Amino acid sequence: MFTETPIDRRKRLTENVMRIFLLIITSIMIIPLLLIIGYLLYKALPVLSFEFLFSNPRDNMRAGGIWAPFLGTIYLVVVSLLVSAPIGVFAAVYLNEYARENWFTRITNLAVVNLAGVPSIVHALFGVGAFVLFAGLGESILAASLTLAIMTLPVIIASTTEALKAVPMSFREACWNLGATRWQTIRRIVIPNSISGILTGVILQVSRAAGETAPIMFTGAVFYKAIAEGNLFAYNITEQCMALSLHLFTISTQVPDVTEGTPHGTAVVLVGSVLLVNAAAIILRVYLRTRKKW
Amino acid sequence: MNILRKKSKANLPFSETVIELFIRLCGISSIIFVFGIFFFVFREGAGFLFSGLNLTEFLTSVEWQPTSLNNKRYGAFALIVGTFSVTALAMCMAVPFGLGAAIFVSEFCSPKLRETFKIVIELLAAIPSVVWGFIGLTLMNQLIIQVFNAPIGLTMLNGSIMLALMSVPIIVSIAEDALKAVPDSYREAAEALGATRWQVIYRVLLPAAKNGLLAAVLLGAARSIGETMAVLMATGHSVNIPSGPLSWIRTLTATIAAELGEVARGDEHYQVLFIIGILLFTITFVVNLIADLVIKGIRQE
Amino acid sequence: MKGTAIIFFLPVLVCGFVITGCSPTDSNNNNVATKNGVHVTIKNKGSDTIVNLAQAWAEKYIDITSTVSVEVSGGGSGTGVAALINGTVDIANCSRQIKPKELEQATQNTGKVPQEFIVGYDALAVYVHPDTPIDKITIPQLAEIYGEDGTITQWSHLGIENSACPSDRIIRISRQSNSGTYFYFREALLGENRDFRIGSLDLHGSKDVVEVIGRTPCAIGYSGMGYATSHVKMLAIATDENAPYYAPTLENVLTKSYPIARPLYMYSLGEPTGEIKAYLDWILSVEGQKIVQKLGFVPVESK
Repeated sequence: MFTETPIDRRKRLTENVMRIFLLIITSIMIIPLLLIIGYLLYKALPVLSFEFLFSNPRDNMRAGGIWAPFLGTIYLVVVSLLVSAPIGVFAAVYLNEYARENWFTRITNLAVVNLAGVPSIVHALFGVGAFVLFAGLGESILAASLTLAIMTLPVIIASTTEALKAVPMSFREACWNLGATRWQTIRRIVIPNSISGILTGVILQVSRAAGETAPIMFTGAVFYKAIAEGNLFAYNITEQCMALSLHLFTISTQVPDVTEGTPHGTAVVLVGSVLLVNAAAIILRVYLRTRKKW
Repeated sequence: MNILRKKSKANLPFSETVIELFIRLCGISSIIFVFGIFFFVFREGAGFLFSGLNLTEFLTSVEWQPTSLNNKRYGAFALIVGTFSVTALAMCMAVPFGLGAAIFVSEFCSPKLRETFKIVIELLAAIPSVVWGFIGLTLMNQLIIQVFNAPIGLTMLNGSIMLALMSVPIIVSIAEDALKAVPDSYREAAEALGATRWQVIYRVLLPAAKNGLLAAVLLGAARSIGETMAVLMATGHSVNIPSGPLSWIRTLTATIAAELGEVARGDEHYQVLFIIGILLFTITFVVNLIADLVIKGIRQE
Repeated sequence: MKGTAIIFFLPVLVCGFVITGCSPTDSNNNNVATKNGVHVTIKNKGSDTIVNLAQAWAEKYIDITSTVSVEVSGGGSGTGVAALINGTVDIANCSRQIKPKELEQATQNTGKVPQEFIVGYDALAVYVHPDTPIDKITIPQLAEIYGEDGTITQWSHLGIENSACPSDRIIRISRQSNSGTYFYFREALLGENRDFRIGSLDLHGSKDVVEVIGRTPCAIGYSGMGYATSHVKMLAIATDENAPYYAPTLENVLTKSYPIARPLYMYSLGEPTGEIKAYLDWILSVEGQKIVQKLGFVPVESK
């Protein structure tokens, strides 16, 4: 219909060049992810086995597996989850269902954002000052988990708020009109309808808490502690534990002559569990989207 | 959400009142925690901050000799410079990639591809910082030695590559939100005038979303400033004013992580580490506040 | 829907238990038997130099007794002593002797006098890359390399031509400023009145130091003798130009002729009793001291 003028051609060229340029830029970000996982897996392959996961570090932590740090991480994550999940979910319920549009709510929201922005090492200082010393918990799983819980709280608040927002207003109105109180509405309508979204947030919290190192370094994680292999209750939450992330740090900087591949194996287990947990969250989210009824 | 307040408080059963109270308490927990963090960090460092510490020396001297026997000096200037230079270099890498990817994902992608990219970015964000540090210490260290013929690969460059990779996901997701927030009518109007897609982006979307993009960059930078393990392991950890990307440096965060475990409680050195914590808290607080105001600015328009 | 509510409240309940301390796994008492048969936990904390050794002991000890679990933390001698003063640790590891002031504080705070045990010797070796054409060095030379206002910044200042290092600049590898190793090395080189020059690479672990040097022809660094690998070279040391040079070997350390060696200490709060005494006795036994030698430290003469 129209013949292409030089200007048109130039426009089309720019457009294509930019599109390809941006595609390249975006793809470059995938490369490090693949590269890192590939590199770690390649190096870790000789050591990875079930035995690696279920046996303790041996031979001055030069060889053996990662049972004690692995279990320690599970303890830290579970205890922090028990604290941050209820607080986080209820905080989101408050922000979404109770709070009015005013300056106070604005400040509360701002506090959530800022809490998410506090550097992890400052959380560690807080953990030392508040839990280890002030509350007298000492360096323990409990102190470390509480520090982690506060650190990961914004993750839960953010995704729960999103999930609650997705529940249509008409659902609530219908319920209120039947004479239900606000809490009844929340419990019977709002939360059941947004439970998958809330779970996603909880899952993301797990992944975040599992990977952190700085906040637990001074509040409860130790260099080494012998525990029984295969016993899930081997730690006591008032004592300290090993943790995967710190274990990776110590064996890659402090322990001499570590068997080739052991640090990589530790990293694979750490990254692997974090990514698996994230993948679960993603799958849940996709499922939630396809299932949505309204 | 409060259009309908069905029942007055007086009619509520007791259990309900308790639950509401609990919910409200949780609601303001973030405020309590933010203040709590400031309070407890401040509490440990306050004594020395107000009596003893020479603030001018702290902020301008490069002499970090906290364990000297006769002449303790707490000059954090090199650490501050280290933190900001590694962050700046990281942003030089992360911003073009982050914004470029955000534009691509939001404007050029098919929905399916977009989902894939977003998942990849999310997974990238999930990799723990100690793993990045480990990669910096092993893989990137060797790479830098070979590529730049440097004596040691644990350098500012190494640290900033790690930081760039860690902050890109934040930049992408916030920038993409900002671009999505630009009303479609803008795009349609520009397209109706005969603009190509790139022209729409360059002339319409970027100016319209510039606040959101700025906030994305700020939050990415805040993340980099606060990052600990990766820079502790990858930057060489040396009190040094950098002269180029291949210099080794030390950051504020890494200093706390390396030295806190070894100081006696209540010691001057211990308190100085908490003062560094206050400094870090303040920096990230301000950056986050600015980012938030910038974002809220758009909404009010 | 009722189900959801219950699931939802479960965490709250459990959380309540945890906070109030009624959780099944929770107990404040160290001496309560747990399911795995571990009865006692000994808290052991302190020097990063000793941490690997302490870990090796702990690992072996639970194999032998199967009832005593030792919690090992590093963090530096200062941390160990601080914990001792606060009474939060059973045994503090220290790569320097406890200061009289700290001893007094600990006695005052806890009412118990810390007891000292020498559990081994550590010889600090000075490491360089194998390609560096140097085999020996004097303490004053090291002082000029590491000290503030030092005059030796290039390999040529030492009178050697380091062809493996084109820039000729000496890269100083050090430790983070509060480690016992750092303290001891500084004291041995510079005495009490001079500090290290800033700008060295302050690495986090003894192992890191050796590994970085193994890859870096321009570098010099110090670390425990036990950390030597085949990728680095240890230098013989003399107290001054006219004195004889001694290599860091077991004999030289035991005869006290190697100039930078120091005893490693463990401190218990009060005269050790029960399990703690048994543990310390075992550490000082032939078997415990075998581990010392295996890790590259120098054993004490066992009883």
